[in-house]
Amino acid sequence: MRFLYAIFFALLLCGSAVAQLSNTEINAKTREVSRALRCVVCQNQSIDESDAPLAADMRRLVRRQISEGKSEDEVIAYMRQTYGDYVLLKPPVQRNTFLLWFAPLLLLLGVLIWFIRASKIQED
Amino acid sequence: MIRALIPLLIFLGLGALFAVGLTKDPSKLPSELINQPVPVFSLTELYDAKKEIDETIFKGRVSLLNVFGSWCTACLVEHPLLMRAAARKDVLIIGMDWRDRREDGQAWLEQHGNPYSEIIFDEASELAIKLGVTGAPESFIIDKAGYIRYKHTGIITSEIWHQKLLPLIETLKVE
Repeated sequence: MRFLYAIFFALLLCGSAVAQLSNTEINAKTREVSRALRCVVCQNQSIDESDAPLAADMRRLVRRQISEGKSEDEVIAYMRQTYGDYVLLKPPVQRNTFLLWFAPLLLLLGVLIWFIRASKIQED
Repeated sequence: MIRALIPLLIFLGLGALFAVGLTKDPSKLPSELINQPVPVFSLTELYDAKKEIDETIFKGRVSLLNVFGSWCTACLVEHPLLMRAAARKDVLIIGMDWRDRREDGQAWLEQHGNPYSEIIFDEASELAIKLGVTGAPESFIIDKAGYIRYKHTGIITSEIWHQKLLPLIETLKVE
């Protein structure tokens, strides 16, 4: 009888392990999402690094949503809905951030052109 | 001749960028929720842990949702204004006691007066995160349909109240 009980509980455990993420998985995913989200009261820290109470609440929310089975992207999208692009530590590449992302490249190109022309003039 | 002007032009260009960029307050965030309905939530009343409050309390009347906490020193500054507004019945003021302990929130209101008709107790930022709250005080003006129409971050000064918030409230009342 005891043996049957053991099998029953083992199966029960297996069942729940299949249906749910393991704790380590939840932790890892929570950290990953938390690193991508800005602590909105401290401005230049992620909620993973921050000690602010609001950051702690946000981490808890991230963790809850991850353990409910939401994907990392879904959780980030949820936060973005209320706090906007600002909550993303890495600005997304979109129309209003084109200049931010590509200005260094343009600048480099400009300097290169200037350099080539200057060296040509010198040759002449 | 034109080449000599290039450094000046670059300087003016950077100057213009900084003039615009540096006057923007980086702590002011846009609210993503303007013209959106108040998010679905379920919390309890500050004075009654058994009384549930949800988003339906914002339906059918114009209201001001004010985020405060007993730990929030800036909230004390705007508190007298909220008390006067409540006494004049300018608008229905609903409070949100954020990241607080029940007894601390209650004691704070005991000491400074209670301008709120109802108080949502949000201990773990459940509604705060849904509303994109970043600090207290913060206030939302909500129309009769339960849509957020305006968000004010920081202390409500008398000037802001009379020039911005109250006129908006009056227009929403007849909407």
